[in-house]
Amino acid sequence: MYNLSMACWEGSLSTRSCSSWLIMMTAIEKKIDAGQPLDREEALFLLSDVDLLPLGKLADAVRRRMHPQGCVSFVVDRNVNYTNICTTKCKFCAFYRDEMHPDAYVLSYTQIFGKVQELVDHGGTQLLMQGGLHPDLKIDWFEDLFRQLRYRFPSVQIHSLSPAEIVHIAKLSGLSMADCLARLHAAGLQSLPGGGAEILVDEIRQEISPSKIGWRDWADVMREAHSLGMSTTATMMFGVREKAEDIVEHLFRIRELQAEQGGFTAFIPWSYQPGNTELGGEQASGVEYLKVLALARLVLDNIQNLQASWVTQGARMAQIALYFGANDLGGTMLEENVVAAAGVDFRMSQEEIVDLVRAAGFKPCRRATGYQVLEEY
Amino acid sequence: MINLIQNIRAKIETGARISDDEALALFACDDLLAVGELAALANHQLNGDKVYFNVNRHINYTNICVNRCTFCAFSRENEEDEGGYTLALNEILERAAEAQDAGATEIHMVGGLHPDLPFDFYLEIMAAIKADSPGLHIKAFTAVEIDYFATLTEQSPQQVIEELKAAGLDSMPGGGAEIFAPEVRQKICPEKISGERWLEVTEQVHRAGLKTNATMLFGHVESYADRVDHLSRLRQLQDRTGGFQAFIPLAFQPDNTRVPGAKGVGGVDALKTLAISRLYLDNFRHIKAYWVMLGMKVSQVALAFGVNDIDGTVVEEQIGHDAGADSPQQLSKEQLVGLIHKAGKQPVERDTLYNEIKTY
Repeated sequence: MYNLSMACWEGSLSTRSCSSWLIMMTAIEKKIDAGQPLDREEALFLLSDVDLLPLGKLADAVRRRMHPQGCVSFVVDRNVNYTNICTTKCKFCAFYRDEMHPDAYVLSYTQIFGKVQELVDHGGTQLLMQGGLHPDLKIDWFEDLFRQLRYRFPSVQIHSLSPAEIVHIAKLSGLSMADCLARLHAAGLQSLPGGGAEILVDEIRQEISPSKIGWRDWADVMREAHSLGMSTTATMMFGVREKAEDIVEHLFRIRELQAEQGGFTAFIPWSYQPGNTELGGEQASGVEYLKVLALARLVLDNIQNLQASWVTQGARMAQIALYFGANDLGGTMLEENVVAAAGVDFRMSQEEIVDLVRAAGFKPCRRATGYQVLEEY
Repeated sequence: MINLIQNIRAKIETGARISDDEALALFACDDLLAVGELAALANHQLNGDKVYFNVNRHINYTNICVNRCTFCAFSRENEEDEGGYTLALNEILERAAEAQDAGATEIHMVGGLHPDLPFDFYLEIMAAIKADSPGLHIKAFTAVEIDYFATLTEQSPQQVIEELKAAGLDSMPGGGAEIFAPEVRQKICPEKISGERWLEVTEQVHRAGLKTNATMLFGHVESYADRVDHLSRLRQLQDRTGGFQAFIPLAFQPDNTRVPGAKGVGGVDALKTLAISRLYLDNFRHIKAYWVMLGMKVSQVALAFGVNDIDGTVVEEQIGHDAGADSPQQLSKEQLVGLIHKAGKQPVERDTLYNEIKTY
């Protein structure tokens, strides 16, 4: 299967397998040139039968078309994990604790305000607050918190709570998901991060996170957020036990959801980090990461931005990712706990991110949560 | 730029050499994937789908060194310095025996230029390893150490090489080359032998019938022109001797080092440098991605950018890790095979001289 294009070029493969591969590849290239959407079969072919470089070249061409100025953006943000107590106990997670565990915690408002003040002092504009599904924190706790945050730190966008948390808070508070989200929005929640998507195929979710919401609930929360005018992102955590088909299905479910209301600002794939988890196993390799990233750029032609994940892949891979479809480096992450709990602790300063972008031949841009450019470097 | 890429493609297809100017233009070219594709093509002509690795163990016998290279986080002035050490002969033999038992075919041994150890100590190490673990190929010492032993013993490098060879030395790695340009060496390794001397000594090693590798430490204060100059001198020497096996660009690691203003190597630069090395060094059969310094992910990705060797299991590496490399200390054979397979390539375990041991 290696590099069929090269093998065909050298004549070392049978004419027949070459010709069917070339027919498929040519058809895909034509579609991409014409800006037509790919179908599932074509996406699966790209992921399974096309080598890293030819796939990367297609994605790079699409990235150039979508971002012709060569801007690579990032946001100055902080992850605040308000609690690590979680009733879901996903097997891939190294962060959660039982309520009675000595390391279990819930941050007080005062602690949270202190962290956000530090963020503001660093010129930060985005607060990414996520936590475990705590058995007692109901909607009042969040409404009150968001109101106070908006009042104290009006320059900070509250980009917080993933769909699993919204559904959980609604249930705990005896509310419908829609009412819960509307109230949180009214209290100051401006946009949602796309976490907890993992793989949006229920058979896989059943294996790795049996107590977490299914893919339809995840999609419903996003749909509801978009209809309230809130923007969101979408993520994918791959390298668990999914097949290539599941990755393709995930991408198409996101693509179809985006076609409804267009509320996704960015897609962010990252690879499962196996350290200290129940699921264990190995981390997806660098080649696998770049192929998934490139495929995402090609399938998700209706989502403007694609993030590289330096926090899981490291700075070198994140820089390389800018040639495999990515145009954004996510946040500077003044604080990050969840990936660090799985034993991976890459840190980057704003200056390092700017240098990294520039050294790769792109223009560094600091952006807002909604991807408006705030400053060019 | 499109012309550049087309011209080089034509050269690869006809087996023509690329010039220094073309190599420089490739460094300046921002189409990473186009450069990578050319290198992949050149590599495929030489090595097909095969990617080599070996089962080896590094032994860094001492970190005491009379040189004070600013890029080095490994060296210490003497045993009293914090972390200063010298392994005793029996410790070296134990490590070698462990390696042999674990299926290793090679010992990779380099160290600092120790002020007090006599040359006989090194001869004794060679002979004792050969007696104790006869299955191991001893790949040891750099041109820098050979030159140092020559000074210590007031002999010529040829005599030193012959004595080491007689005692059991089988081949040499390619360290100490850094960047050959004198102005750069003045900044990063002022006490170390000159680039000229490195090439001279290496030529003598080749003439003595020993294979070596060649390295280039990049990403500190050197320019692209310095890199091309480095590659050019290596290509010329290889034309004369044919004694080089692999070229290994080493990504500078800045932690705990003292090179002012040096920030380390980005992923894009690392891949581009590997790819251009593949294209320019047409008389080198192998280009190696050294995962200790590049990381496993970038090394694996490099297999699509003209690289056909991913080094070995290593087991216990000190030099890169002292400078902040965040790669693991060792990889298992299974991990290396898995990485290569997942890159769509054919893993081949080799011995030091690139004889194929097993295909996976």
